[in-house]
Amino acid sequence: MKLKVKLTSAVSAIALSLTAVAVQADVLFWSTQAKPVEEAQAMRDQVLSGADMAVDYQPNDGGPWLTRLNAELQASSGSIGVLGALHGDFSAMDDADLVDLGSMGVASASATFNELAKLGTGDMQYIPWMQASYIMAASKEALPYLPEGADIDALTYDQLIAWAGNIKEATGEAKFGFPAGPKGLKHRFFQGYLYPSYTNGVVRTFASDEAVTAWEKMRELWAVTNPASTNFSFLQEQLLNGDAWIAFDHTSRLAGAFNERPDDFVAFPAPAGPTGRGFMPVIAGVAIPRTAPDMEASKAVVAHMLKPETQLATLRATNFFPVVDVELPGDLPPAVQAAGGAVAKMSGSADANPGLLPAGLGAKGGDFNRVFVDSFERIVLAGQDIRTVLDDQKGKLAAIMNETSAPCWAPDAPSEGACPVE
Amino acid sequence: MQARYLPYVLIAPVSVFLGLFFLYPFYLVAQTAFYDGAGWSLKNFQEVTSYWKFPISFKNTLWLAAVVVPIQLALALLMATMVNAMKKGRDLVLYIWTIPLGISDLAAGIIWLAIFEQSGFLNSMMHGLGFIDRPTALISYQNPTLIFVAIALAEIWRATAIMLVILVAGIGLIPREYYEAAQVFGAGRWKQFLRITLPLLRPSLSTALVLRVILAFEVFAVVQALGGTLFPVLMSETYAYQFELLNGSAAAAVALIILGISIASTIVILRVLRVPKGATI
Repeated sequence: MKLKVKLTSAVSAIALSLTAVAVQADVLFWSTQAKPVEEAQAMRDQVLSGADMAVDYQPNDGGPWLTRLNAELQASSGSIGVLGALHGDFSAMDDADLVDLGSMGVASASATFNELAKLGTGDMQYIPWMQASYIMAASKEALPYLPEGADIDALTYDQLIAWAGNIKEATGEAKFGFPAGPKGLKHRFFQGYLYPSYTNGVVRTFASDEAVTAWEKMRELWAVTNPASTNFSFLQEQLLNGDAWIAFDHTSRLAGAFNERPDDFVAFPAPAGPTGRGFMPVIAGVAIPRTAPDMEASKAVVAHMLKPETQLATLRATNFFPVVDVELPGDLPPAVQAAGGAVAKMSGSADANPGLLPAGLGAKGGDFNRVFVDSFERIVLAGQDIRTVLDDQKGKLAAIMNETSAPCWAPDAPSEGACPVE
Repeated sequence: MQARYLPYVLIAPVSVFLGLFFLYPFYLVAQTAFYDGAGWSLKNFQEVTSYWKFPISFKNTLWLAAVVVPIQLALALLMATMVNAMKKGRDLVLYIWTIPLGISDLAAGIIWLAIFEQSGFLNSMMHGLGFIDRPTALISYQNPTLIFVAIALAEIWRATAIMLVILVAGIGLIPREYYEAAQVFGAGRWKQFLRITLPLLRPSLSTALVLRVILAFEVFAVVQALGGTLFPVLMSETYAYQFELLNGSAAAAVALIILGISIASTIVILRVLRVPKGATI
């Protein structure tokens, strides 16, 4: 079977190079999403094969993705037809470079997402394409160590720390896994989970006394976290090999564990703090660069991506959920079922405190993340004084907010002008 | 064609290539680094050097080069003299020793990560032999020394061969007569090495050292694989500025700082290992 696949791909590679002229007519879908080989192949075979025109799906890392896109934009001539990327990737772009898609008549079912997709302008800069979130997952081996009286679907941060502490005491090993590796999404934990749960804000409350408490909790959690976490970037690996029994990560970065051994793991909502159960969505969108060679074909691809049946195929291919109203069938992969259940419990919980993705930061999105990652490295890894670090980093955060004049987003209270760091 | 033009014609393609793909991009990078949106300034340099991680990554880069390069030099000299003294199987040994040269540095980093990981070979071996009760995380933020040792080992394993090939070629150029004369006067092996091989090897030594030291300042993939964010070096700062912060000017500034260190060390090496004018081997 494997040989057959190899042969087929070799033959198709040769065929592709022979039909290079024909390939030029394909719409190039240039994406930062669905990068793993299986996901990219599923995008081609199951999602895009249903489109009316031939689509060439090419995923790449964020850096090369932007480099090629910028080169085409600077040359004012390009071959990229459709862009697929995260909200943050688009918000770092110049809005004049993206075609206004408002007149296409397609949009997501969520007004919030559609508003975010305008990127602070009056026009639809991208169309929301698929969504995900961050959840917790645990190996069933960890369940007996749950603290007494704790409900796994309504955990608090204190209970999570106690739980991981029980495991460390019983097995001698710290088994909480945290995505603190170079490619890990730790900054989203601080921005969308820890800060909202302890300070009911992200920017305004960055250096508040509540934030000091939050970082103290983070230190407590880190004490029962597998110290090798600084190399963990996709927690499904550590769940599968047993280095982590409890984990926090992006739903699609946990999917591998659920799909491979569905009976061994459970998914559950993120924990709650004094100001509620903070959580944050992930939104990916499709957009069209102004240099697209065939505008009509590109728009047709965008419209195809938003069809309910395409959205379901995308869900199977990437573990990202639909953004349009669609009935989920019963035969979805285990990872999708587990993640869907956890996200539903999280958003439906009485103390839910949903946050939004950082908006309006433009090209400073990376610097904004760095403020949180640096705070983590200094406070938790290097053991520096929390108050000193926060006061120091606060200046950097305020500079970013002033430079971009980004207004506050939930759960921070709305602001007039740049979101102030209080 | 006249013979006196021939050399220029022959180097023309290379000159055009270097001008187009090295000098011109270099000019652009320098321009980006010294430009702050309004005019010429050192703002980008101030920004990158005032970042709290800069002194750490600067120190790490220099420290790594200072430890790795001398060890590699000693090893390469030892291996080159050994190869040179061999009568049979010389080529085979040389081929085997230079295998790491053919492996990309990221692959080398991943190979060594497989050794040092929590579920890696080293842990399994020590566990199997009963030295430790259970596999422990060796490469973690609590063990900065071990991260350094792992990276240094990987670098030594990977890049000693480049010095070796240069030195083997250099030793081959030393005329046999010197050694024969030395033997007549009763000089031992060690003395021959110190008084003949080392001085006559100076041109090769400086080439090997310049090449290796520059590469050591550019170390990136091995560090990224083994140390991740725990062991920042200048090159990883460049990468972070360019691709995570999308700040090309700051990345260009760090790149120029690396270039500055490389030029300074090259000058020092060339001065120290200078062959006096008129002297030949």
